[in-house]
Amino acid sequence: MAAQENALNDPIIICEDLHKWFDDFHVLKGITTSFQKGERAVICGPSGSGKSTFIRTLNRLEEHQRGTIIIDGVELTDDLRNINLIRQEVGMVFQQFNLFPHLTNLENITLGPIRVRKMAKSEAEAVALSLLERVDIADQAYKYPAEISGGQQQRVAIARALAMEPKIMLFDEPTSALDPEMISEVLDVMRELAHSGMTMLVVTHEMGFAREVADRIMFFDEGVVIEEAPPADFFDNPQHERTKLFISQTLQH
Amino acid sequence: MENNSPTTVSGKIPFWRDVRVLRVLFQGIFLLGVILLLAILYRNMLEGLRGLGLTLNFNFLQDEAGFDISEGPIAYDPSDTYLKAFCVGILNTLSISIIGIVCATLIGLLFGIARLSSNWLIRTIAAAYVECFRNIPLLLQIIFWYTAVVAQLPNVRESISLFGGAFINNRGIYLPSPEPTSSLKIWLWFLGAGLLLAVILYIVRWRQLQQLDRPGFPAKWALPAFLIVALCGWFLTPGRPFTLDLPALQGFNYQGGMRFTPEFSSLLIGLSIYTSAFIAEVVRSGIQSVVKGQREAARSVGLKEGQTLRLVVLPQAIPIIVPPLTSQYLNLAKNSSLATAVAFPDLFHVGDTMMNQTGQSIPVFAMIMVSYLVMSLTTSAAMNWYNRWITRIGR
Repeated sequence: MAAQENALNDPIIICEDLHKWFDDFHVLKGITTSFQKGERAVICGPSGSGKSTFIRTLNRLEEHQRGTIIIDGVELTDDLRNINLIRQEVGMVFQQFNLFPHLTNLENITLGPIRVRKMAKSEAEAVALSLLERVDIADQAYKYPAEISGGQQQRVAIARALAMEPKIMLFDEPTSALDPEMISEVLDVMRELAHSGMTMLVVTHEMGFAREVADRIMFFDEGVVIEEAPPADFFDNPQHERTKLFISQTLQH
Repeated sequence: MENNSPTTVSGKIPFWRDVRVLRVLFQGIFLLGVILLLAILYRNMLEGLRGLGLTLNFNFLQDEAGFDISEGPIAYDPSDTYLKAFCVGILNTLSISIIGIVCATLIGLLFGIARLSSNWLIRTIAAAYVECFRNIPLLLQIIFWYTAVVAQLPNVRESISLFGGAFINNRGIYLPSPEPTSSLKIWLWFLGAGLLLAVILYIVRWRQLQQLDRPGFPAKWALPAFLIVALCGWFLTPGRPFTLDLPALQGFNYQGGMRFTPEFSSLLIGLSIYTSAFIAEVVRSGIQSVVKGQREAARSVGLKEGQTLRLVVLPQAIPIIVPPLTSQYLNLAKNSSLATAVAFPDLFHVGDTMMNQTGQSIPVFAMIMVSYLVMSLTTSAAMNWYNRWITRIGR
């Protein structure tokens, strides 16, 4: 498998026997995996399989109860300093965008750099403007999130995460809340990001994107990774019955 | 068959079917009715007053009131005018409302935040507090505090003493009060110097922040500097600028210091606790209205908990909290007229006595209503201004 071939290289995320419970519900049942620097992994699986929860544990939006997570050499523990350190290294894009409605698009992007990275305001604004340019909506800088379309909001959200200069980007179903005609504009930005060498973990149902961009596809079901492979193997030669069923269902339409 | 074709005659619509005419017509009839009703009421009132031998004017306000008022922030004597008596009532209503609003806000904030606690015990106690106090009639609560709590306090001889300076008994709560001395003038010079220094430091810090191009709190140096100068001045001034006037037992009662009467205390406790239960709900729902995703997004860009609250949650919660909070402030001010149940001489209680003595119920009632109206509208305007200001700051 691709992940094992790369294992000697330079893992930036290491997960060992990761477990997570929501009260009595065992969501993650021992995930052991690692991600290389620059790796683009797509995580898919039926809803409730724990795929979103998995990437949310990686920046402590969810606590894990057992196992270890090491991100860029820092172990994610209850130590507040480590949590803050890791959150600065890991950018996150949400299904519902979660832009701050009381701030302009530009201020949404500069908030982190000014308050966390302690950047000068004018410098942060320059960075934000160039990022907005990169996601192709520089003309929307001084509008509020409610005044732009969903696809544009998600691109601002990506720019907001990038402004912190993260080493890793997590995407939690970034196109699931979008109208169909806006999906491609967001995927274009993500594709560009993938080609720039960013380490990306993407939870998505966009199988076309997965086949084109991913180095590895991980298939989650009931809290375990039941299959992981490069896209060619994953789609054309799935090993597991559950995977075969999932692929036939998602590719039908 | 031919009847089914639509009658699209472009001719003139008869006025009884013309919607535009009917609209104006009905409004005109309604307006006429209202004017007629008011005219009848006004005529009735004038006739009634003539029957009682009264005329509609405010001259009686200059007459001697002749009744005593048990407490008030300004000196008052039964030989003073009705106008002065009414002013004492207004001041009493204002003081109970302002102190009540401050207390209710603090208690409400505490319980509202407690209701969101992750600690089961704290959360449950806060919920019980809210449900208990907002579901019992306020009048009942005020009378409960007055008769079942404050009146049951020990008598003067057996007063509860707090640190030897404050005393609680069934005649009230006695607290030490600061009395200015002759050296206050010297201390005021220190305060002036401190203020000057603070202004200079504020400008320096503000300029520095501009230069650094960073957001920040320009009073970060000015505030502590002022406090330090004020504190140093306090100790450097020969003699103290203030002495504490301690209440002391003289004869049958305590003299000196500040006194809160049983009436004022029980009314204040009743109003504050009742309103705080509503404010707690307002605060809780305001904070909860900011969706979970906002906190998560703030955390994922690396903001700390305090920054998340200050920069993301509160700027969104406060505009939602302020309008219902304003209603609660207005409710508290208006509910203070229940003072009459414990004979606290507020605006309504004094006004009631004036009406009984003079029979001038219409002018007095009008004065009471206008007073409450002015107070409420002022509160509303102030809160609206605050809301606009805070939402601008948030940006």
